Amino acid sequence: MESLIAVLVGVLFATGTYCLMRRSIVKLVIGVVLISQGANLLVFTTGGLLAGRPALVPADGVAPPAPFGDPLPQAMVLTAIVIGFGLTAFLLALVTRAHEAVGDDDINAFNNTDT
Amino acid sequence: MNEYSLLLTLLLPLVGAVSLLLGHRSLAFQRAGGIVFSSVTFALSLYLVYVVDRAGFVVIQVGDWQAPFGISLVADRFSAVMVAVSSFMGAAVAIYALAEIDEARLRKFFFPLYLILLFGVNGAFLTGDLFNLYVWFEIMLIASFVLISMGGEKGELEGGLKYVCLNLLSSVMFLAGAGIIYGKTGTLNMADLAYNLSVAEDVNWVISSSMLLLVSFGLKAGIFPFFFWLPASYHTPPSAVSAVFAGLLTKVGVYALFRSYTLMFAPIFPEVQPLILVLAVLTMVTGVFGAASHFDMRRILSFHIVSQIGYMVLGLAFMTPLALAAAIFYLVHHIIVKTNLFLVSGVVIRLKGSCDLAKVGGLCKSAPWLAILFFIPAFSLGGIPPLSGFWAKFALVKSGIEIESWWAVTAALLVGVLTLYSMTKIWGEAFWKQQPENVGAGPLPNPVGRLAYMLAPITVLAVTTVWIGLFGEPLFSFAERAAAQLLNPQEYISAVLQPNTEVLP
Repeated sequence: MESLIAVLVGVLFATGTYCLMRRSIVKLVIGVVLISQGANLLVFTTGGLLAGRPALVPADGVAPPAPFGDPLPQAMVLTAIVIGFGLTAFLLALVTRAHEAVGDDDINAFNNTDT
Repeated sequence: MNEYSLLLTLLLPLVGAVSLLLGHRSLAFQRAGGIVFSSVTFALSLYLVYVVDRAGFVVIQVGDWQAPFGISLVADRFSAVMVAVSSFMGAAVAIYALAEIDEARLRKFFFPLYLILLFGVNGAFLTGDLFNLYVWFEIMLIASFVLISMGGEKGELEGGLKYVCLNLLSSVMFLAGAGIIYGKTGTLNMADLAYNLSVAEDVNWVISSSMLLLVSFGLKAGIFPFFFWLPASYHTPPSAVSAVFAGLLTKVGVYALFRSYTLMFAPIFPEVQPLILVLAVLTMVTGVFGAASHFDMRRILSFHIVSQIGYMVLGLAFMTPLALAAAIFYLVHHIIVKTNLFLVSGVVIRLKGSCDLAKVGGLCKSAPWLAILFFIPAFSLGGIPPLSGFWAKFALVKSGIEIESWWAVTAALLVGVLTLYSMTKIWGEAFWKQQPENVGAGPLPNPVGRLAYMLAPITVLAVTTVWIGLFGEPLFSFAERAAAQLLNPQEYISAVLQPNTEVLP
């Protein structure tokens, strides 16, 4: 299962990078979103994909044999998803405004502030 | 009681942002609140420096969850001085904003966002947890995203888009790196991570994931070859925003690099030292050449941020007590001077309608006080004695000579000369030559506030530069004590993992 997810993470990063390399600013947004989802999935997988293993044992309980589930990566991913959601919304608004101001979807038109 | 000084310094900007949001109808309240909250934060941060210098460390285990299970907030001497100097800039630029930030921007919550930015920056300096650092970065970034693109003009939106995209990528790398490191070590607490790596027999397996963090922090710090977003975006927003970005944001990246390679990844530092050395030298050289090729004051200054970041990273690459002390001294000097130069560029725009060097001139005659106020930070940046930049460069070069890293020292000296060339170019064009005929745009039609609000913080920062230059010994000995702390990560680890101070209830 981990290897399948690993391939999926790779695919997300690769397609995201491909979108970033295109010249359209909409594809730029799609690329950033894909890569950030790839990173989220990566963090999620680092905790190990264990189904039905306990993460916490009650104080008077008996610890079952290892392996134990680890809830921390999921908490981290949840934080990252929320942050990513906010940033994506902001990025979309920014791209819309920038598109109105520059009047073109082509990255090459965005060269007025370049060096 | 020590814990409260840390907690108050950290939380006051947030309290300020919330109260300014509640009172968003009154512009006078916005302006007064922005100044009061940032100034009180600065006062508290000075107390934090005093406390930390006496005690060595101030550690808070948030929610009483003991490290390494909870999030630790840690102030050592390095992070305390960074908090103090960035709060100083926060207070100075808040006063400057009175004269530059117009009503439309104030109505779009300029000051609450500004305080959130300071909150994020201080949090990034004070956290002792890798994932928490990511969250602070995001708080800082989202505020800076809005601040940079707030005006909605074409240039701002375009520069903002570049800034946002590259910083988002950097955050993704940081998240991926932190996730992989957690997967490998099972901890995110910096002290615990450092402890685990220092007792591990073989640490080479962490190099690959530390590279993800190096790229991420490098992108934020603007080191070679990741700096392209910086000169493409920093010259677009109002000068108050540019100044606070130039002073603080890239330095958070530099701070994170220092924290990584003196604490968490100290055991693998010998492996990556040549890489960091080469990156530092290339950063210095490309930055200064980029500056030399430009003819707009703010673009020149943006490229000089890049080249100066190279000096600081060079101090990290040398990794001797003197080099680290020099780098910390350099950071303090650079934040003050660079913020000040961007503030001066705002005054130039106000007086002449532009800071394109081809269109301005004659400032020495028409505004001699501004010429003096530009001269001090500019030649401090260039490293002219007895200003603060000279001692920073002197200590750094001396540490390079001590470890006989000749080519890096040569590059540092050469870049110093070229920095001086850029500064004399601005001086000669904007201040010395006659105002060119028929090209100047004239002064800005409707200035927002009195010019004195701009000149007061500029004067204070210029005086600070001179003061550091003339009486810099206390600051330099503080930097040496901070460097000693950085070079001895064991102290940090034991301060966080076995707290002997009382824990906040």
